[in-house]
Amino acid sequence: MSFVEIKGQQIELDEDGFIVEPDLWSTDIAEYFAKEEEVEELTEQHWKIINYLKDYFKQFGIAPMVRKVCKDNNVSMQELYALFPTGPAKGACKIAGLPKPTGCV
Amino acid sequence: MDVEKKVAATPLLDELEKGDWPSFVTEIKKAAKTSKMAQGLLEQVEASYVEKTGHWKHGGIVGVKGYGGGVVGRYTDDPDRFPDAREFHTMRVNQVPGFFYTSEKLRALADIWDKYGSGLYNMHGSTGDIILLGTTTENLQPCFDALGEIDFDLGGSGGALRTLSCCCGEARCEKSCIDAMDMMYDLTMYYQNEMHRPAWPYKFKIKISGCPNDCAAASARSDMALIGTWRDAIQVNQEEVRKYVADGMNMVQVCRKCPTEALGWDEKNQTLSIKTEDCVRCMHCINVMPKALRIGKERGITVQIGGKAPVVKGAMIGWILVPFMKAEAPYTEIKDLVSRITEFWAEHGKNRERLGELVERLSLATFLEGVGLKPLPQMVSAPRANPYIFWKEEEVVKNG
Repeated sequence: MSFVEIKGQQIELDEDGFIVEPDLWSTDIAEYFAKEEEVEELTEQHWKIINYLKDYFKQFGIAPMVRKVCKDNNVSMQELYALFPTGPAKGACKIAGLPKPTGCV
Repeated sequence: MDVEKKVAATPLLDELEKGDWPSFVTEIKKAAKTSKMAQGLLEQVEASYVEKTGHWKHGGIVGVKGYGGGVVGRYTDDPDRFPDAREFHTMRVNQVPGFFYTSEKLRALADIWDKYGSGLYNMHGSTGDIILLGTTTENLQPCFDALGEIDFDLGGSGGALRTLSCCCGEARCEKSCIDAMDMMYDLTMYYQNEMHRPAWPYKFKIKISGCPNDCAAASARSDMALIGTWRDAIQVNQEEVRKYVADGMNMVQVCRKCPTEALGWDEKNQTLSIKTEDCVRCMHCINVMPKALRIGKERGITVQIGGKAPVVKGAMIGWILVPFMKAEAPYTEIKDLVSRITEFWAEHGKNRERLGELVERLSLATFLEGVGLKPLPQMVSAPRANPYIFWKEEEVVKNG
């Protein structure tokens, strides 16, 4: 666990750098995470995915499966990785302020 | 370089070094002479034995740029006590088909791992990959970049196509019916996106064995097993058969071991006969008389699906989906089948549901219709007794 200060606010992160309290998410935090995850600038396309993830999480309480993200937003996997170089789970979900997806090995 | 020794006594782990077999404890101790991380690992594992509880946290999402897998995140649950095992991520490195390396390449790999990681390996893991055990989040990207410089790439993890694996194939084995190593290389290159960017419900494994001896254990360990076979007759050299008999081989015993009684030994004429239509490619006779019997001339593969180790559900062994198909580069027919199967599974599979479990849940008939294959008696274990395909309602009406 560690803390990072964003616009005067202390935000708690887990060891993978995901936000611990999703309720504290703000666009400033998204901008901060974007830099951490190799996204130079959050464009309209980025925000479309970010808002989609947030809405889905709000509705269902889990992150959507990657295939669904692609289908619902009409993007291919390659395009998704071009937008979020560190991938949909590590990159996009983190920026959208979702808690860490439960990955499997 | 030596690092300061600070590991306390490890009496419980020392017990695991006793006996005549190799010990992972010995190997970790060796690595601990030059690696702080290996020291941290020793301390934590000893504590786990003392306290009878594991100290790894489950999961973790770490990775390298452009890839969604290939690194498995590991953290200790008590970083204050085990600071040197704080981050202990595993990197999966795609192995070479048939595990043929030059010592030069292995040395270069070892230099990289000494620099960026714990110096501990698993050659090879059950996935087939070279498993590099223990590095920090910070070192992942530079380590990956350095591996790329010497032509190594990461393998698969998570809901992706996992690193393919194969036996040594035609490189070292006269029984191989296919070029297993070429097939693994070709499919690996073709499916780079599916390997590095997980998009499926769970893992999907393809393993390739050159013949039904199945040295890659594909049948038991892979969702899709590609196993070399032939569809004509076993090639028999009667002269060599007689030599085996003259050298004391009990031919009656060999015939008795044939599971389908396809073999016959004519004692009077000293001739071996094989009923090809009864042969199930068990390989026993070929294995005991390699000089006399050879695989057939018309070669290809049998495709099995559904094999897996127990995780969500129990273990399953693969069953035949395609009894025979040709397997020549560029393997278009195989790739087409893989696409149809994975597409159906990705569309209908639940989270963490393997292919075999999906077919079991939806029924074989539904699956076959989904991937566009016709039901065959080879797909079930006792076709004469098992009404394996049911009529559909509309067919019953139509046919009376």
